[in-house]
Amino acid sequence: MTYTVAADAQRDGRDPAVHAAGCAHCGARVTEGARFCCTGCAGAHELIGRLGLDAYYDQRPTRIDAPVSDAVPVDPTAFCRVDGEEASVDLVVDGLHCAACVWLIETALGRDPDMLEARLNATSRRLRLRWRGPAARAAALADLVRRLGYRVAPLVPGAAARLADDEERFLLRCLAVAGFAAANVMMLSLAVWAGGGSGATGMGPATRDLLHFVSAAIALPALLYAARPFLRSALGALRHGRSNMDVPIVIGVTLTAGISLAQAVQSGLHAYFESALMLVFFLLVGRYVERRARGRARSAASHLLSLAGSVATVETAGGALRAVTPAQLVVGDVLRLATGERLVADGILLEGTTRIDNAVVTGESSPAAVVAGDLMHAGAINMGPPVRVRISAVGESTLLAQMARLLEAAEQGRSRYVSMADRISRWYAPAIHAIALATFAFWYFGNGVDVSAAILTAVAVLIVTCPCALALAQPAVATAVVGRLARQGILVISPTALERLGAIDTVVFDKTGTLTVGKPILLDDATRSDAALEMAASLAANSRHPLARALCAAVPDVRPADGVVELPGEGLACAAVRLGSRRFCAVAEDSADDQAELWLTRPDAPPVRLAFADALRPGAREAVAALKARGIDVMLVSGDRAAAVERMAAQTGIDDRRAEVPPEGKLALVEALAARGRHVLMVGDGINDAPALAAAHASLSPGDATDVATAAADAIFQGRSLMAVVAAVDLAQRAARAMRVNLRLALIYNLVAVPVAVLGWLTPPIAAAAMSSSSLLVVLNAVRLGREEGRER
Amino acid sequence: MNAMFFLLPIAVLLGGAALAAFLWALRAGQFDDLEGDGSRILFDELPSGSRRDRS
Repeated sequence: MTYTVAADAQRDGRDPAVHAAGCAHCGARVTEGARFCCTGCAGAHELIGRLGLDAYYDQRPTRIDAPVSDAVPVDPTAFCRVDGEEASVDLVVDGLHCAACVWLIETALGRDPDMLEARLNATSRRLRLRWRGPAARAAALADLVRRLGYRVAPLVPGAAARLADDEERFLLRCLAVAGFAAANVMMLSLAVWAGGGSGATGMGPATRDLLHFVSAAIALPALLYAARPFLRSALGALRHGRSNMDVPIVIGVTLTAGISLAQAVQSGLHAYFESALMLVFFLLVGRYVERRARGRARSAASHLLSLAGSVATVETAGGALRAVTPAQLVVGDVLRLATGERLVADGILLEGTTRIDNAVVTGESSPAAVVAGDLMHAGAINMGPPVRVRISAVGESTLLAQMARLLEAAEQGRSRYVSMADRISRWYAPAIHAIALATFAFWYFGNGVDVSAAILTAVAVLIVTCPCALALAQPAVATAVVGRLARQGILVISPTALERLGAIDTVVFDKTGTLTVGKPILLDDATRSDAALEMAASLAANSRHPLARALCAAVPDVRPADGVVELPGEGLACAAVRLGSRRFCAVAEDSADDQAELWLTRPDAPPVRLAFADALRPGAREAVAALKARGIDVMLVSGDRAAAVERMAAQTGIDDRRAEVPPEGKLALVEALAARGRHVLMVGDGINDAPALAAAHASLSPGDATDVATAAADAIFQGRSLMAVVAAVDLAQRAARAMRVNLRLALIYNLVAVPVAVLGWLTPPIAAAAMSSSSLLVVLNAVRLGREEGRER
Repeated sequence: MNAMFFLLPIAVLLGGAALAAFLWALRAGQFDDLEGDGSRILFDELPSGSRRDRS
């Protein structure tokens, strides 16, 4: 790869002016005189400078989230498509914050003369690469993106995601057809309305009939095409013996179109084609916008899924290494598991010893030691030296798959939840049909008008009550709020999540990875000198070991020491200085403290102990307090040992806590709470939380949670702060209130409109005006909720 | 009245042309990335390095 090398002097000359206050890359606070907050930033900044892309810093906000420095290099070669001399691959990129990131990645990759296409979709975060040369180049290309400070993974194409994309395009096509037809038919209808009177200025019946027939010619095919989303959903509901909002919509549209056609044929006065089309158009707008907001959340979630670990390195018979997808693994394969890598299938450790982080499987916060012959479950992260693992179970028989089955069972319970609008539609359709029937009876039997006039009046009732505003009431609020939550980093996946989230009265937190960061953090120690810490960090900067990285993260401006030798599983050595395990540093055993630790030994100085523990997530204490202040009960349920749970509960102020709870126990607890009439919000990240997440009334997962957990959750919050939970609950409660207001508005509209129709005063212009104004009203009420944020800032 | 026999088809055809253009744009993927493409034009291509192949 060829890079243009920028003059260092020029680069250094501009930095202080732009970033006087903080880290030269991410803008975070740094200690006096330091240029970078962490090694990740230093690496990314150096690379950007070397590529001559400093313009990046002028284009983006001065302060960004620190780049992802703990990403493990991935080899997407197994996912490449080869076509003759060209190869291409789709990747997902995490950590984008603005358009400048897109530019940076595309331009950096485009520097490669063999690169044919490097296109990053800012919406779906997919990076499409096409280049001349072997597929194996993919590893280097992906690594370039990683070193720029982004997390990157091959895109695992899910059938569900593709289906959602197709569905979105289908809705947009329907929307376009409905919009085109509605505009044209409205144009013709206006002419009919304007010239409706007879006489010298009026329109002759021949002209009116012609306009009605042209309207019918445009409207009927367009309705057949554009109303399909509603027809499908209504038929699906009816087939299962249920009713939803789409049933009265389909009945209303069909009747409106039918009676209008009959009027056109009979040379009647009133045809309602434009009302039917506008109804479909409005509803499609609402549906499309809502779909798009949720589709983005879903694609973001599936990306997190891809990023969770999608490539495994397998030893072939000849001893060569090959990158494969988890689906290609078979029992008996020998896997190389690097330090910090996640195991994708169950396996048995072949030789040596290591420590694994089982947090996502069991909730245990401190790494567990494993020796040769021990079984390790899918989802475990290797914290020790690189090891070899023989695969003992794949796919359906892994622990992961068993957990997924538990999850499925729990999820079925929740899919029975019926949204507010659908509950209303259950009695709405029978009610308006009864009113229509009564109207017919009133005119035909009571007042003795002829059959066709009575039918026309009855149908007018159905036309005016066609539930446009009612059907928009909820999606409009949901779209506004989902968009606002997305800007705060909370991605709502489930369509009814907001309604359920707004009703919760109990929050159950998982500990490891949810209430805590799930990563080791260096503990403060007053007896430790800064010089020792800096020396330890300078050694640690050479290693990817999780504890070494935690150490570097705790020390600003680390200068990696030269001549450091890493002894996998033991420690780091630089001349006479050693950093590593107690045994490696030859420190005598003294206590049975099972905290994670590193020791630093130097000549002529006593050994220094560096202890690590899982730290609270930022905002955890505030979030718990805020939830309590809102009258919501808070519980802590963890699979971890009692001592660790007690410590965290005390720190956050949670009184109600349970330790050493297995996944089934969490599920049982949530179900028991639900049986007592509580509406539980489960917040968790691990595989062991997934069944409870699925069973709870509503559920939230952090963005770095395991794929099973994110699949089970209603919404995902990105970023580290737990205050996102409070924000989500608050906004959901207000959304639920706004939905109720909107539904009431829509019903009030009907209370006014129905008498007009019953008395036979309804004409097409009145129907069109009433329908549009009621729809606009509910949409505006929803938009108000989405826009308030502008004033808050 | 006679004018309508020309004007109505013309109106419908013009609208139909716009609809066809939209459906074409949709099929060509122009609505796939509304955020990225909007801001992409604000960035200058750097003089060095290879051009992206936009075929």
